Amino acid sequence: MTNLLVLQLLNGVQLGIILFLIAAGLTLVFGIMDVVNLAHGVLYMAGAYLMATFAAATGSFWWALLLVLPGAVVVGLLLEVVVIRRLYDRSHLDQVLATFGLVMMANETVKIIWGTSPLSVPMPDIFSGSVPLMGPLQYPVYRIAIIVAGLAVAGGLYLLVNHTRIGMLLRAGATNRAMVSALGVDIGKLFAIVFTLGAVLACFAGAIVAPILSVDTGMGESVLILTFVVVVIGGIGSIKGAFLGAVLVAVVDTLGGVFGPILLRSVLDASAAGQAGRTLAPMLVYILMAAILFAKPTGLFGGRG
Amino acid sequence: MSDVTTAPRAAPRAPAMAMRVKVALILFALFAVLPPVAVALGDPFMVLIATRILAYAIAAMALDLILGFGAMVSFGHAAYLGFGTYAVAILSSYGVNDLLLQMLGAVVVSAAFALVTGAISLRTRGVYFIMITLAFGQMAFFFFISLSAYGGDDGYGLSSRSTIFGSDVLENDMTLYYVTLGFLIALFAACHRIVGSRFGRVLTGIRENRERMEAVGFPPFRYQLTAFVISACITSLAGVLLANQAEFVSPAFMSWHRSGELIVMVVFGGIGTLTGAIGGAVVALLLEEWLGALTHHWPLLFGLILVLMVLFSPRGITGLLERTGLWRARK
Amino acid sequence: MSRLDVQSLTKSFGALKVTDDVSLTVEPGEIHAIIGPNGAGKTTLVAQLSGQLKPDSGRIRLDGADITGLSMPERVKRGLARSFQITSILPGFTVLENVALAVQARSGSSFRFFRPVAGDAALNDAAMEALTEAGLGDRAGVVASALSHGEHRRLELAIALATNPQVLLLDEPLAGVGGEDAEAFVARLRRFKGRFAMLLIEHDMDAVFALADRVSVLVYGRIIATGTPDEVRSDADVRAAYLGEEGEEMADA
Repeated sequence: MTNLLVLQLLNGVQLGIILFLIAAGLTLVFGIMDVVNLAHGVLYMAGAYLMATFAAATGSFWWALLLVLPGAVVVGLLLEVVVIRRLYDRSHLDQVLATFGLVMMANETVKIIWGTSPLSVPMPDIFSGSVPLMGPLQYPVYRIAIIVAGLAVAGGLYLLVNHTRIGMLLRAGATNRAMVSALGVDIGKLFAIVFTLGAVLACFAGAIVAPILSVDTGMGESVLILTFVVVVIGGIGSIKGAFLGAVLVAVVDTLGGVFGPILLRSVLDASAAGQAGRTLAPMLVYILMAAILFAKPTGLFGGRG
Repeated sequence: MSDVTTAPRAAPRAPAMAMRVKVALILFALFAVLPPVAVALGDPFMVLIATRILAYAIAAMALDLILGFGAMVSFGHAAYLGFGTYAVAILSSYGVNDLLLQMLGAVVVSAAFALVTGAISLRTRGVYFIMITLAFGQMAFFFFISLSAYGGDDGYGLSSRSTIFGSDVLENDMTLYYVTLGFLIALFAACHRIVGSRFGRVLTGIRENRERMEAVGFPPFRYQLTAFVISACITSLAGVLLANQAEFVSPAFMSWHRSGELIVMVVFGGIGTLTGAIGGAVVALLLEEWLGALTHHWPLLFGLILVLMVLFSPRGITGLLERTGLWRARK
Repeated sequence: MSRLDVQSLTKSFGALKVTDDVSLTVEPGEIHAIIGPNGAGKTTLVAQLSGQLKPDSGRIRLDGADITGLSMPERVKRGLARSFQITSILPGFTVLENVALAVQARSGSSFRFFRPVAGDAALNDAAMEALTEAGLGDRAGVVASALSHGEHRRLELAIALATNPQVLLLDEPLAGVGGEDAEAFVARLRRFKGRFAMLLIEHDMDAVFALADRVSVLVYGRIIATGTPDEVRSDADVRAAYLGEEGEEMADA
C-alpha cells in the first residue's frame, strides 16, 4: 500500500511537471496579453510530433530534442505573427473562435502529414530501465529524468521571472499592463517573446513526454483542459500558481484514479465502489477547481478578476 | 409635463426586432415545406438531416440567449446537450419512454448542474469564465464516459424513440421532424418574449454596462445566473430531440468541440438576435456537410474559414456586429 | 437625524492613505459640497459611499441604519443613488430605456419573463417624468450613444433621479460642461433642493458656491475644514491648501 502510494505520488509529480511546462506559458499569455488561447495544446502536440519525426530521421533522441527547440521557436513565432498578434485587441469571443479554428486546422494537418496511427519515440539508452527506490519498489529512470528536467526548467523560469529585466516586465505585465506600456517597453515585442517562450515550453513538454506516451492527435486536447484547470486554480498570470496548481491537479488526478476505488470499497460493495470510483476519479480535479474557486474566485495566486 | 402623455410606447429598435421576427417566420415556413419537397425529390433522408439541424438550432438559440444578450461566453454548453441525450437513454432503460417526462428529467438535471456550476463560474468574468465553463463541461463529459452501463466512451444505441402519451408516433421520421420544428418555434417565441421582458432588459443592460446597472440597483449575479439556467434547460431539450434523431447517445455529444461548434453557430448567424442563431445552425451544419462531401479533411477547411473570418473582418466578428449596434465588445 | 452620516472612514492603498479618518454628515434637504485639489481622494470617497469600494474602517449610516457592509444595489434600494464622473450609461439603449431601467429597479420584481417591457406605461411614464426634469424630454427616443456630451451629463442626472433617491451623490456632474449648459444645470439642481439631500463633488467653484449649504474641503484624504461657503472661503488652512491657481479661483468666487 505504501509502495503503491509512493509510486503513484511519483507518477503524479511527473504528470504535474508536464502540466506545469504547458501551463507556465499559457498563464503568461492569459495574464499578460489577456488572450484566450485554445490552441496552446496544439503546441504540446506539435512538440511530440516534431520529436517523433526528428528521432526517426536522426535515429538519436538527443539530436531530436536539440532540433525540437528551434522547431518550437519557429512554430511559436509563426503562430504569433500570423494569427495571435491580430487578436490582442479583439474581444474574447473573437479569440475563442480564431483559436478554436486553429485547433481544428492543426489536428487535421497532423492527420494529413503523420496519419492517424499513433507514433512512438524510442527512449534514450541511458534512461531506460528502472532504479530501485525502497524495498522491492522500482521506478523507471526516464520518468525521474522528466521530473529532474522539469524542475530544472522551473528553476530557470524562476530565475528568469524574478531576477532579470524581462522577468520584471513579465511580472509587471501580469498585474498591470498599462504600466508596462507606460515604461516605454515595446509591447508588441514583449508579447511575441512571451508567446514564443510559452510555445517552446509546451513543445518541450510534448517532446520529453513522447517516449512514454503514444503520440497521437488527441493528445493536445486532453492536456489543454487540464492545463486550463491548472491556470484557473493557480491564478491567471502567476508562474508560482501554475507550478503549485499543476502538481496539485496531477497528484489529485493520479491518486484519485487509484485510491478512490480502494477507499470507496470500505463503504460500498466492490462492484459499486468500482463504478463509483471510475465515475468520480476523473471528476475530482474539477471538483477541486470548483472548491478552490468557491473560496478564491481569482485562484490561489491570482490578483485580477 | 405634457411630454408624459406622449411618451413613446415602443423602443425605436422595434423595427429591427420586427424584422428579425419576420425573417424567423420565413425560416419556419421554409422548414415547414421541406419534408414534402424532400419526398418529391426522392430524398427522404434529407428530413433526418434537417431534424438534426433543427435540434441544433434550438441549442444555438439557447446559447445566444446568454452569449448574445448576456455577454456570457459559455464554452460548456454541450454538457446540457449531453444531459438531454442521456436523459432519453437512461430514463428509457428504466421504462420511462414518454418524451415529456424525459424532457422533464433533462431539464431538472440541467437546471441543477447549471445552478451550481453557473454560480461558481459567474463569480468570475472574461477569460476565467470561458475556461471554467469549459472545465465544467469537460467534467460532465468524463462523467458520461465512465458510465459503463451506458456504453461509456462508445455510446449507447436506443432501442426505440420516445413516445408521446404512449403513442410511438415519433418512430416516423416525418413526425419527429415536425415535432422538433414545433419545439423550435415554441422555444423561439419563449426566448423572444424573455428578451423583450423586464428580465430581458436587465440582462441586456448588464451586457451593456454592468457598473451602471449596479448603480441603479440591480445585482447582476442573480439575473445572469437565472439566464444561464434558462439557457441550459432549453439546450437540454435540444439534446432530448437530438437523441431521438440519432437513436444513439454518446459522450461525443458533449465534447468541448461540440461546445465550440455551438458558439460558431451563434456567431455565424449574428449574435444577440435569436433568429441569427437559427440561421447560423443551418449554415454551419450545411457547411460541415458540404465540406465533408468535398474532403474527409473538412475540419482543416472549416477551421481555416473560422480563422480567416476573424482575421479579415476589420474588427472581428463582434466588431462587425458592433457597428450594427447588436453587440458591444467588453474587455 | 442626519440623512447620511459618515464616521471615521479610512482607506489605504498600500502605504498611501487615500481616505484618512473622514467624517461628515448630509442633513435632510441639504446640499453638502466636497471640494479639493486633484488627487485629494474625492473619487475614492464617492466609491466607498456608493458601495463600489469597501473602506478599511469607519461607518456609513443612511437614515440611522448602518449600510457600511451593503453592496451598491442594496444601497440604491435604500435611497442612496449616485451619478458618475465619467458618463456611465447603456450606450445601445435609447434614452428612455436607460431611465426606464432605473425606474424598473425600484418598482416591482424584474423576474418577469413574458410581458413586453417596451409597452409598460408605468415605467415609461415615470422615466419620461425624470427625463423632463433633467431637461432631456425631447430626446427620449434617441439611442443614448448618439447624445452630445452635455446631454450625456443630463442623462446621468435623469437616471439618478429615476431611482427616487433620498440622498444623491453627484460625482462632478458638471465635468466637461461649460457656459450656458453649466448654468442651466446648476439651476436644475437648485430646483431639486429640499426634495432630497445631495452630496456634491465638484470642481466648478461657481457651481459649488451657488448651490451648497455647507462645503467640506478634502486634502490628501483628510477633511481640513467644513462650514458655510463663506466660512470655508475665509479659512486660512483652506487658502494655504489651495495656493496657486485654484486659490485665486476661490478668492474670486
